[in-house]
Amino acid sequence: MKVLVTVKRVLDYNVKVRVKADRSDVDLANVKMSLNPFCEIAVEEAVRLREAGVATEVIVVSIGPKAVQEQIRTALALGADRGIHIETENSPESLSVAKLLAKIVADEQPGLVILGKQAIDSDNNQTGQMLAALTGLSQGTFASEVKIEGDEALVTREVDGGLQTLGLKLPAIVTTDLRLNEPRYASLPNIMKAKKKPMEVKTPADLGVELRAHIELLSVEPPAERKGGIKVSSVAELVEKLKNEAKVI
Amino acid sequence: MATLIIAEHDNSILKPATLNTVAAAVAIGGDVALLVAGEGCQAVADQAAKVAGVSKVLLADNAAYGHQLAENVAPLVAELAKTAGFEYVLAPATTTGKNLLPRVAALLDVGQLSDIVAVESADTFKRPIYAGNAIATVKSLDAIKVITVRGTAFDPVAAEGGSATIEAVTAVHDAALSRFVGEEVAKSDRPELTAARVIISGGRGMGNGENFALLEKVADKLGAAVGASRAAVDAGFVPNDMQVGQTGKIVAPELYIAVGISGAIQHLAGMKDSKVIVAINKDEEAPIFQVADYGLVADLFEAVPELEASL
Repeated sequence: MKVLVTVKRVLDYNVKVRVKADRSDVDLANVKMSLNPFCEIAVEEAVRLREAGVATEVIVVSIGPKAVQEQIRTALALGADRGIHIETENSPESLSVAKLLAKIVADEQPGLVILGKQAIDSDNNQTGQMLAALTGLSQGTFASEVKIEGDEALVTREVDGGLQTLGLKLPAIVTTDLRLNEPRYASLPNIMKAKKKPMEVKTPADLGVELRAHIELLSVEPPAERKGGIKVSSVAELVEKLKNEAKVI
Repeated sequence: MATLIIAEHDNSILKPATLNTVAAAVAIGGDVALLVAGEGCQAVADQAAKVAGVSKVLLADNAAYGHQLAENVAPLVAELAKTAGFEYVLAPATTTGKNLLPRVAALLDVGQLSDIVAVESADTFKRPIYAGNAIATVKSLDAIKVITVRGTAFDPVAAEGGSATIEAVTAVHDAALSRFVGEEVAKSDRPELTAARVIISGGRGMGNGENFALLEKVADKLGAAVGASRAAVDAGFVPNDMQVGQTGKIVAPELYIAVGISGAIQHLAGMKDSKVIVAINKDEEAPIFQVADYGLVADLFEAVPELEASL
């Protein structure tokens, strides 16, 4: 079966985000951008399914300005077979992304779609679930294990309080949690090879999707600063402060 | 104006996260209804009816909702929102709420606001982005507002004192797309990271996985959960479900003790909303000391056992 993976270009997780002086948004000028860590796990899982002979083809999709092709190339270097870039002016909101992806799912008819559980920029944790709703498919969110058995995907999910296993009718939508796997690094020869892999570019209009805003960003501000603390000189003093001053133990 | 809240429960007990979500609904204003969807969950509905500020409990008791599979519960919620005229649909930002609500939003063709931490007005809310390194003020443009609520940001309403009516919901949606296979509830006596009142975390400074036993001893005395930094996870000391940080779990306990953790941005993003932060590190220049309320410059292999002994 075909496996579709989605990737998002986000601010690198090691970079400290800065809010613009006019508070309109965060400042993304001249900062390092990377593949969203949860998307990396999604790509790795898809590639492993192909190596295990379960998947026949791995297609990687990303939505955004031309620059996202860099992240598609990264996914291709990690082992995906071909890329689809849906070109939009900026990074659309979750519901719009889900609508665009639903069209790709309808066109490609994958047996499994793997997304990250959330993007580390917007922290929404919505797109996979929304895509499942729009396509009418089953969903396995926060997956820490995925097994394909016949026409069912057995997905172990990280839930509050432990793990839960669901049997999902295929085709299914899966979103990755951290524990699912450890992503590999792209080797230089594979990075070179990835440059020759096919990449299709589409627009929302090509897919017949009209995007509408559902959420308006009014302002962005830095979080309240923590006030500076004190240094204690001994464990005894620390315990005393925690008991009598902070009253937390 | 009316709000529908998806109650969090395990078919016998109403989970406390629901009470924080009711608080957010009360801040929005208007009538508050709780939906209890499950199987054999009358007891939960009875508890829900007593929650302060709730005027109505909708009880959808059916085998199809037993494990609250999103494929079955989402159409129920979407239908209730449309037919009963709810303007707000809220759920706690727990794994259950996060799993369900975006599916509801898409069925209603509306956007969703995740993890709100403040109610500014009827349509405007604050929510953290970039793992809490920025706070966005966002306005919902949709007629039905679908929102998940960060529990630690709202003080819970009282669990007793209300007297809501209980109405049975007979609609059954069984999509037959998924089935519950099994579950493995963490056996640890220690609380879960995201729900713990106290957390003690170790970083690369722990040296190896065995040394985490030092933290466990302290954790047992404090009833704390044990966490780790990404550096400790990447070094293979502990499994990554213990990871606190931007790419791991985001926590806000009353007391967070960081041991041998330098305080990389990635880690701070996951714990800086903790009420009191303690850092134990031998490097006095470590960035963790900039956010710590109490810092102790010491070798953790001496300080941690001493801490354990003095508790």
